[in-house]
Amino acid sequence: MAAEHAPNASEYIVHHLTHLNSLGHKQAALVDWSVFHLDTLFWSVSLGLLAVLILARAAAKATSGVPGRFQAAVEILVEMVESQSKSIVHGDRTFIAPVALTVFVWIFFMNAMDLLPLDLLPKLWGGVYAAAGHDASHAYLRIVPTADLNATLGMSLGVLLLCIYYSIKIKGIGGWVHELFTAPFGAHPILWPINFAMQMIEFVAKTVSHGMRLFGNMYAGELIFMLIALMGAAWAGTASGALLWVGGVVAGTIWAIFHILIITLQAFIFMMLTLVYIGQAHETH
Amino acid sequence: MNLNATLFAQLVVFLILAWFTMKFVWPPIMKALDERAGKIADGLAAADKAKADLAHAEKKASDELRKARESAAEFRSGAERQVAQLIEDARTEGARIVNAAREAAEAEAGVASQRAKEALREHVAILAVAGAERILRKEINAQAHAELLTQLKSEL
Repeated sequence: MAAEHAPNASEYIVHHLTHLNSLGHKQAALVDWSVFHLDTLFWSVSLGLLAVLILARAAAKATSGVPGRFQAAVEILVEMVESQSKSIVHGDRTFIAPVALTVFVWIFFMNAMDLLPLDLLPKLWGGVYAAAGHDASHAYLRIVPTADLNATLGMSLGVLLLCIYYSIKIKGIGGWVHELFTAPFGAHPILWPINFAMQMIEFVAKTVSHGMRLFGNMYAGELIFMLIALMGAAWAGTASGALLWVGGVVAGTIWAIFHILIITLQAFIFMMLTLVYIGQAHETH
Repeated sequence: MNLNATLFAQLVVFLILAWFTMKFVWPPIMKALDERAGKIADGLAAADKAKADLAHAEKKASDELRKARESAAEFRSGAERQVAQLIEDARTEGARIVNAAREAAEAEAGVASQRAKEALREHVAILAVAGAERILRKEINAQAHAELLTQLKSEL
């Protein structure tokens, strides 16, 4: 498409839902392990570094005396995570509690990118892209990493690995394998394949639902922001266009306020499920 | 919505960030929190101890005060008893001295009056003799009338 004519609604949304990847154009195959989403990687790594560096700054300046507001805020967060992890995971939590804290803060930061004006960073990127001599209509950028299934499944896969690691650590490799074949139905040899199948289904369902839940919420939220942005874009001099523009402002405000709840809630849910799944790995059936 | 290698990159980033948090974020904050909890616990314990000490000191002070009051009262009653005893003793002594003085005076007075009576008797006898001598103008044998005079003297 040429740069001179404005995109229609469908083109606008497709453009916004296309990742900046290592191919330079939209990935054709559903699964292609040779491709990277550069935008997701950039934003998730940047926000992850921002998150842990803010926390590390609080940690470096932490005093046992009277805390400042910043330190008190971080402490509230840490104590919240600590009390949740303590009530869910019974065992050594030297790594698990920090994992929960990292997950919560990082996902909150990534979700919060949804609250930035939808076109702000893509437009800037488009400008940079055009300045570099490329076609701005091919300057794709998605700034919410958690609205990328790769990011959320990557994290839930990480949680799965931790579950397996802790299962083996707590129960021993033999104990874990024994559990795979004897739980949940019983130790009778006939039940072994059924038990094993159930365990595999459980692992897959846990991991996929864990990642998909966050992805679905953020993707849908992003999509609604796009639809609201389209209402605003209807401003074209006509009366109905003006009304749609007002509707866009109202809907955008309401949805953004509601989204503050969603981004926090989804980060919290992801953290809690991380703790629950790792906690389950600590318990023998 | 495509799956690709971003997934594994994200996994690795996730683990690295979690490791970083475990290494550099979690321990200092938990240490600060635990230390502060310890300080607060110590402070509360010190406050409790100070309160207990204060109560103890107040009790001790009131005990001392009561003891002092009791011993003062004891002293006072002892002193009063002693004073009463002294007064009693003095009174008895005084009465004794007065009695002794009275007895001595009475004895002395008795002696003096006896002596006066004796002297008087002498004078009366002499006067009587002289009077009789003069009345009778006659010599009277003093020796002959001595018995009579002695009898008269004893009758006085």
